Amino acid sequence: MLENYLPILVFIAIGLGFGAFLELAGYLAAPRKENFDKTLPFECGFDAFEDARNKFDVRFYLVAILFIIFDLEVAFLFPWAVVFQELSWFAIGAMGVFLGLLVVGFIYEWKKGALEWE
Amino acid sequence: MADSVNYSIISSEIFLLIALCVIMLVDLFQRDKERKLTFMLTQGSLLTLFIMGVQDLGVQETIGFSGHWIQDQFAVVLKLAIYLTAFISLLYARPFIRERNLMRGEYYLLTLFSILGMMIMVSANSLLVVYLGLELLSLSLYALVALQRDSNDASEAAVKYFVMGGLASGFLLYGISLVYGMTGSILIDEVANYIAVSGANLMIQFGLVFIVVGISFKFGAAPFHMWLPDIYHGSPSSITAYISSVPKIAAFGMAFRVLESSFGGADIHWTPMIMIVAMLSVIVGNIVALIQTNLKRMLSYSAIAHIGYFLLGLSIGTDEAYAASMFYIIVYALMTLAGFGIIIFMSSDKNDYQQISDLRGMGRYHPWYALMFTIIMISMAGIPPLIGFWPKLEIFRLLVINDHVLAAVVAIAFSVVGLVYYLKVVKEMYFTEATDSPNVSNSRSLKIAISVNCLLLVIFGLMPDRIYYYCLSAFTSLN
Repeated sequence: MLENYLPILVFIAIGLGFGAFLELAGYLAAPRKENFDKTLPFECGFDAFEDARNKFDVRFYLVAILFIIFDLEVAFLFPWAVVFQELSWFAIGAMGVFLGLLVVGFIYEWKKGALEWE
Repeated sequence: MADSVNYSIISSEIFLLIALCVIMLVDLFQRDKERKLTFMLTQGSLLTLFIMGVQDLGVQETIGFSGHWIQDQFAVVLKLAIYLTAFISLLYARPFIRERNLMRGEYYLLTLFSILGMMIMVSANSLLVVYLGLELLSLSLYALVALQRDSNDASEAAVKYFVMGGLASGFLLYGISLVYGMTGSILIDEVANYIAVSGANLMIQFGLVFIVVGISFKFGAAPFHMWLPDIYHGSPSSITAYISSVPKIAAFGMAFRVLESSFGGADIHWTPMIMIVAMLSVIVGNIVALIQTNLKRMLSYSAIAHIGYFLLGLSIGTDEAYAASMFYIIVYALMTLAGFGIIIFMSSDKNDYQQISDLRGMGRYHPWYALMFTIIMISMAGIPPLIGFWPKLEIFRLLVINDHVLAAVVAIAFSVVGLVYYLKVVKEMYFTEATDSPNVSNSRSLKIAISVNCLLLVIFGLMPDRIYYYCLSAFTSLN
């Protein structure tokens, strides 16, 4: 029973070793040239070095949530589109219902102004 | 197994979903601050659902969607109770939310979404569908509680509700995953089959503990009750009236489907747990309610006690006892709605009057509503001519004939303790000198809603057999 888990142990060891090696190699071999541009915020408007527990605009959440919905929509659409030709009308109808519900939600969020930043 | 796709058994849910989409779009393009059209459409859909439900009464048990969905008398009766109580709660809410700048389309939409979640919960035939419905319900309720954004209390209540609800869902889901790990299926029928064949081994029992904890959390039964008074107190009163009544009916549906339908074969393992939770709720709820001065908090502790009595019925584990529990929870929902309805009625302007002392002078200045409130309190205490008495009697009777005499004695004793705080309210209304007239609402619809709701308590109390008959029919059709 227990020997079935041996590959996992090996995998953990390799993973740890490889990760440690890369970190170490980077630490020893990489050139370090600090400059102003590197410390500037590069994503989402946050400073690169600061406390993780500070307030930030709730609008980021809203954008993230809206993004996830349409991200999931695509995640459903891709497998559906791949086998599209073998599907019956039922599957087309089902996807139509799904997209229809999303469109209602989309109209709602647009009209409510969730897509406007200001 | 029945054929896979059978739209007739989810026609109510399809109707509600379409109605929701239409109401959402109509509400978006409406300039009316009063949201009259949204309100009318919402209540209209609930009425239509009620009529559809009445026609479904007495259906044959039908299973569809690869065994994930079930349509039976049990689901139909619970859904009818849900529509009725939700309808009344929206009637109460309208004048209240108008005063508090809560008159937004989302109030009605979220209520309808939560009703859809409850319908899914009571009709689910697989553990995952139960969970799906539960989350649809819970997420709508979190948002409803948070709807009053300018109130600190409401925001705090919403965060607490969200965290505790998430924790409870986590427990439930973990239990379900353990059961799935053992049985290899999330279908309630398959789980029941597995237990009938192989018995409940240690892993199933382990999962069962988590499921019972999750369900108790959702009910707010002691010792998992700490969140409940804060949330009932912090939410706007109309939303408290809703979340304290309607979802409990669906939670009963969930408890029955999960505990009895799946783990009925292992009931020696979960009935003692439910019994302990029930006794603790009865004791804690009744004792702590004694010292409350805030009416909303008092009603929340009384809710904990009521959940305790109701769970006692669930812990007996016979069909008759399930029917009594169902009877109890429906009656409880009607009584609680009326109780919080009075709080809404008193808070007619922007101020909230929710102290018991705010009721002073009701008997002198507003004798009719004092009478109504007396009816509610006496009904909650369980005194004979009113409806609150019958389900309690039935549960105590079944406890005694199923050899739980000690539990029955304790429950009856604490029922008497409960009388103290219910009658304290009555005393405050009639016998304490008031300096001036208590604040009441002028809204005619609210006055009618309260009077009708209270008179229902009297009328059903005089002929309790009508509701009880439907509750019993839900369980005889199961066999």
